[in-house]
Amino acid sequence: MADLHVNIAGVDFKNPVITASGTFGFGQEYARLYDISKLGGISCKGTTLHERTGNPSPRIAETPSGILNSVGLQNPGVDVFIEEDLPFLKKQNTTIIANIAGSQPEDYVETVRRLQDADIDMIELNISCPNVKEGGISFGTSTKSVESITKAVKAVAKQPLMVKLTPNVTDIAEIAAAAEAGGADAVSLINTLTGMKIDIRTRRPLLKNNTGGMSGAAVFPVALRMVWQVANRVNIPVVGMGGITKWEDAVEMLLAGATAIQIGTANFTDAFTPLKVIDGLNAYLDSCGEKSVMDIVGKVQPW
Amino acid sequence: MVQKPYKIKTVEQLNETTFRFVIDCKDLAEESWCGRFVNIYCEGKTLRRPISICEIDKENGTITLVFEVRGEGTKWLSERKAGDELDILGPLGNGFFPEKDKRAIFVGGGIGCPPMLGAAEDYGENAEVILGFRSQKQMILLEDFKRVAKDVSVATNDGSYGVKGFVTDILKEKLAGDKDAIVYACGPMPMLKGIAALCEEQQVKCYVSLEERMGCGIGACLACACEIHDKTGTHVLHVCKNGPVFDASEVVF
Repeated sequence: MADLHVNIAGVDFKNPVITASGTFGFGQEYARLYDISKLGGISCKGTTLHERTGNPSPRIAETPSGILNSVGLQNPGVDVFIEEDLPFLKKQNTTIIANIAGSQPEDYVETVRRLQDADIDMIELNISCPNVKEGGISFGTSTKSVESITKAVKAVAKQPLMVKLTPNVTDIAEIAAAAEAGGADAVSLINTLTGMKIDIRTRRPLLKNNTGGMSGAAVFPVALRMVWQVANRVNIPVVGMGGITKWEDAVEMLLAGATAIQIGTANFTDAFTPLKVIDGLNAYLDSCGEKSVMDIVGKVQPW
Repeated sequence: MVQKPYKIKTVEQLNETTFRFVIDCKDLAEESWCGRFVNIYCEGKTLRRPISICEIDKENGTITLVFEVRGEGTKWLSERKAGDELDILGPLGNGFFPEKDKRAIFVGGGIGCPPMLGAAEDYGENAEVILGFRSQKQMILLEDFKRVAKDVSVATNDGSYGVKGFVTDILKEKLAGDKDAIVYACGPMPMLKGIAALCEEQQVKCYVSLEERMGCGIGACLACACEIHDKTGTHVLHVCKNGPVFDASEVVF
């Protein structure tokens, strides 16, 4: 059995499989189906300074090999997260990443400040949500704002800071470099691609928000390309996600340069996807005679 | 709650677009009660399809699912045969808890009828049932409801069977000043809205089973949001976890 441990910016993960923010709540629901201590980590539902009720329904639609969502960061607010959700998570014996979002730079800073003494292992800065009217993705699309918000948050963060990037940009490697320049300890990518679906019978968009974020198997090749480009550009660890549905996808992401991966939409198709990916990855490493998962990170041999 | 493959025992087509499957699922049946639902994997689809549980037979370890072909996922489902396996996540949601010491009226509209069968059965032989369909062609489960309930009325929009009109027309007559009755309902949103308004006017307690586009089905992704207004204010809750059954007087339609 290969060593599946990875270390990202000083944070230990027992394996490189993390459940992605927004698809796994705060862990309680999936814990009813399986032992979530088997996961490398959990990236919690995006949390904001104050409670958000999200967008009107319908908030989800199926598209070819994927979905669109426009949940809009519904969450109870950071104080409730710390008080009510974190105690359960801390008992799960896995690495906990708090995912933070906001509509003003000051909101991000204050939210992270409130997490200073919280028992979380890492912060994931969501500057890439396409489903909120203010903030979110708008911070993530220019190098200038990415660098400045990363710097501002880093100044108050007590835990290692990972910046989650949007793919809805011209050059994601530039954006990743800006996050690194702002002091990010790691980057994660990709968040959802903006998309749309129309019901031709009613001539209305399926999502009440009209547009939403696209995820699922359909986005995997785009995500893989972006992870590869970013890994070649920055010197900080990269966490890869976007359309991973099986262990082979995870291996591709690692070969492209990701130190760990996140699984999101595939949880809805098969709740056991993360466990199947861990098992498959382990068997793959054994079959190649690799001693550690770290030995395959970035080992793609480009033509 | 479990997620695993279960064998389809029997398949029956009820009308042009509606199918009945009996699923062999002892452990799942054990945790099931009326008004709950399951989330079924359909090949090639990213999202599972939520289907309400129609009947539960704990003795034989089966549940019955009745579903309508609405799109590609349910089309695939309808093409499964007896003996095939389905990957099922469930049972999910809160369900109905019929109050057996009160007069209960069960109202189903279209593909909202199946969960009312199990609910009426659970309540017992004195159940009163009102079913609504667009026309006789869409009518399902009439004989099954007659088997479990003492009184079954049908309304069709075009008058091709039963009363011409809506379930609310029959419900209004049945309630007529009886404030102690309880109404349980499942069906399209305009029907539920009409029933909720009628029950409020008549000061009758009413529970409705809501439908919304769902993601995970277990309360993690927060996609299937609905607005609920109670004593403490307005809350955005989720059909899969907090519902699908809600107190109609608290639903913001």
